[in-house]
Amino acid sequence: MTSAWSITAAVNTPRAAFLDFPLGHTSGRPGRPDEQREIIRDALRLFESAGQSGTIVPLDFDWGSPWKDDPTKLVGNASARLDTPQYQSDADRRAAIERHGTTAACAACDPEDGPRE
Amino acid sequence: MNDTSGTGPVDYLELTRATYERLGYDAYRWTHNTDPVPLAPLPRPLSECRVALIASGGIYRVGQVAFTHKDDTSVRRIPTDVAIDELRAGHFAYDLTDARRDPNVVFPLEPLRRLVDDGTIGSLTSHALTFMGGIYSQRRVVAELIPRIERALDSMGADIALLVPV
Repeated sequence: MTSAWSITAAVNTPRAAFLDFPLGHTSGRPGRPDEQREIIRDALRLFESAGQSGTIVPLDFDWGSPWKDDPTKLVGNASARLDTPQYQSDADRRAAIERHGTTAACAACDPEDGPRE
Repeated sequence: MNDTSGTGPVDYLELTRATYERLGYDAYRWTHNTDPVPLAPLPRPLSECRVALIASGGIYRVGQVAFTHKDDTSVRRIPTDVAIDELRAGHFAYDLTDARRDPNVVFPLEPLRRLVDDGTIGSLTSHALTFMGGIYSQRRVVAELIPRIERALDSMGADIALLVPV
């Protein structure tokens, strides 16, 4: 799936479904389970219908309001690229520390939870 | 295709180029693959396929180590029967508001479960795979990230994979 047509075209994927939604919504809008299911269903159908490599097919869903004039919707909220784990909350950090002992080196991460797959 | 006000797709390649230029950075060198890519046929009908969900966007489960924001090529394996309220999102490059409210906007696990229930697809792999994306080294993507994903897909017997990048 993609919401960035030009990037996907440059990568040249075998097949892609294009959803023209703002970044951070590649598979739908929040709190709309029926629409999300339809989006994924239509995307998966490309596995059966796409007959040529490099195909990008627009999905027929509308964000519902203009968003392309809003710069924050285009570039997101780019922040500093820190090289330590960045948790959604302190509670998450504590949960990971409780399980792994440390979050910095990740030496104790088990296969499902850390860099060592 | 630099249409940010009309109805056409936003050209993020051009948008990024312009942003870097404004900041005085060297131009980012996007991947441009020009070789023909094989279109692998479905091994069996979609309704019988085992589907793997692979998503960038920095999704992790509570208890897992979160991703770093700098060239993190690690992968998290998330059980596909996980409770959605155990999922978290961390990323440096997109607005996380909606992903934190409803992870399905970048990690469509619940829609896929419903598509199993209604027979559109056969099943899901035991785990979905998530990673960070935003890895500036293409060499490290090829040498580190992709082999991890390939090994995981092989071990889970995936027929097809749905890639959901942010």
